[in-house]
Amino acid sequence: MPIEISLKTVDREITRKIKEISGEPLTKCMQCGTCSGLCPMEESGDISPRGLIHLVNLGQKDLVIKAEFSWLCASCYRCELRCPRGLDIPKIVEAIRLLKLRLNEDYVKPFEIEEERIYELPQIAMVSSFRKHTA
Amino acid sequence: MKLGYYPGCTLKTKAKNLEDSAIESMKALGIELIELDRWNCCGAVYSLADDDLVHILAPVRDLIRARDQGFDKVVVLCSMCYNTLARANLLMREDEVKRDALNNFMEEENDYKGEVEVVHYLEVLRDEIGWDKLAEMVKNPLTDWKIAPYYGCTLTRPATISIDEGLSHTIFDDFIKAIGAESVSWDEAETCCGSYQIIANPEAASKTVSMIVTSAKAKAADILALSCPLCEYNVGRRQADLLSEDSDPLPTFYFTQLLAMALGLDDKVSRMELNTPQARDWLKAKELVSEAV
Repeated sequence: MPIEISLKTVDREITRKIKEISGEPLTKCMQCGTCSGLCPMEESGDISPRGLIHLVNLGQKDLVIKAEFSWLCASCYRCELRCPRGLDIPKIVEAIRLLKLRLNEDYVKPFEIEEERIYELPQIAMVSSFRKHTA
Repeated sequence: MKLGYYPGCTLKTKAKNLEDSAIESMKALGIELIELDRWNCCGAVYSLADDDLVHILAPVRDLIRARDQGFDKVVVLCSMCYNTLARANLLMREDEVKRDALNNFMEEENDYKGEVEVVHYLEVLRDEIGWDKLAEMVKNPLTDWKIAPYYGCTLTRPATISIDEGLSHTIFDDFIKAIGAESVSWDEAETCCGSYQIIANPEAASKTVSMIVTSAKAKAADILALSCPLCEYNVGRRQADLLSEDSDPLPTFYFTQLLAMALGLDDKVSRMELNTPQARDWLKAKELVSEAV
């Protein structure tokens, strides 16, 4: 995917904010792709975790915000276990999610969940979904 | 021996089969699980943001309840609750600044510093009873059962709270061997089931469930043993509609139901009526439950 890196597209503020919310030293990432190879959601996403971290480090705010992958991460921690740079990648992805949720926009609309599902879903499914996907 | 016990929300409703079989089995093994007098939802997922402390309050309050009731250990069954409580506890032990902030906020409580130890039920079996002793207490060994142990994500990751040391885990396998069954070694034992994505992105969850079911079957597993009610929902209850082309379903059971069967406890404690049709059919084929279930 070709991207334009210029004064028009680079926003250093997003890199700083994600670093602050996640507490992770993002620039340690050496783009090896171990996380992407292990991620069970990579196949379903529009960008890999490696690619997403690259965009954050390049200050590509619009592309970072647009990436659907941050919603797909289930914080399963497979990537964190094997990251050779010791990065807690789920924390980085959580920070991106929070940047969006803190604009007070829900990704999951609780009132739109089918009634039949509400009766059968275990509570932990709904609590975790609302925690990760609603403002 | 008596140990403190934190059930969590799902074990009181959808996963009564996990709770009932666990409590009765532990009783048969000589350990009484005492439910905390007061507890609240742990939040199901641990907050990963550095600037978000408010979501750590719920699990910490549960740990304070356990300490105030005089327990130095609290046993957890639900994998998600285990993860959330164990991580909150680790934070209270290791992060002085955040610990102080949380303790100051909860001014009505006595300061908490991580005094309670959070343990998963499997750890109690391993550390308090031991696999050899458990094997001796088994009355109906599940001989010839090929069981795939499904750890999922939250029992062993992150490594700081894992119920088993190292990168290659054996605790679930050891349990299966102790109850007389064959533990299947398979590739997706620690792959995420899709978790809460089942609500927002069921198509993504169907891919992970498909990987898990296909891998277990490829190793000729008869059934899948698990510890998490959300894994049970995704891999068990939703298996049929997520993998509609699949004609040969894979039965799923909570590991404590298998334990109860191996210990020769009454069928009723396992609440098999709450399991999936494929699980009940499998038991019927083995003539292990009455037709009434």
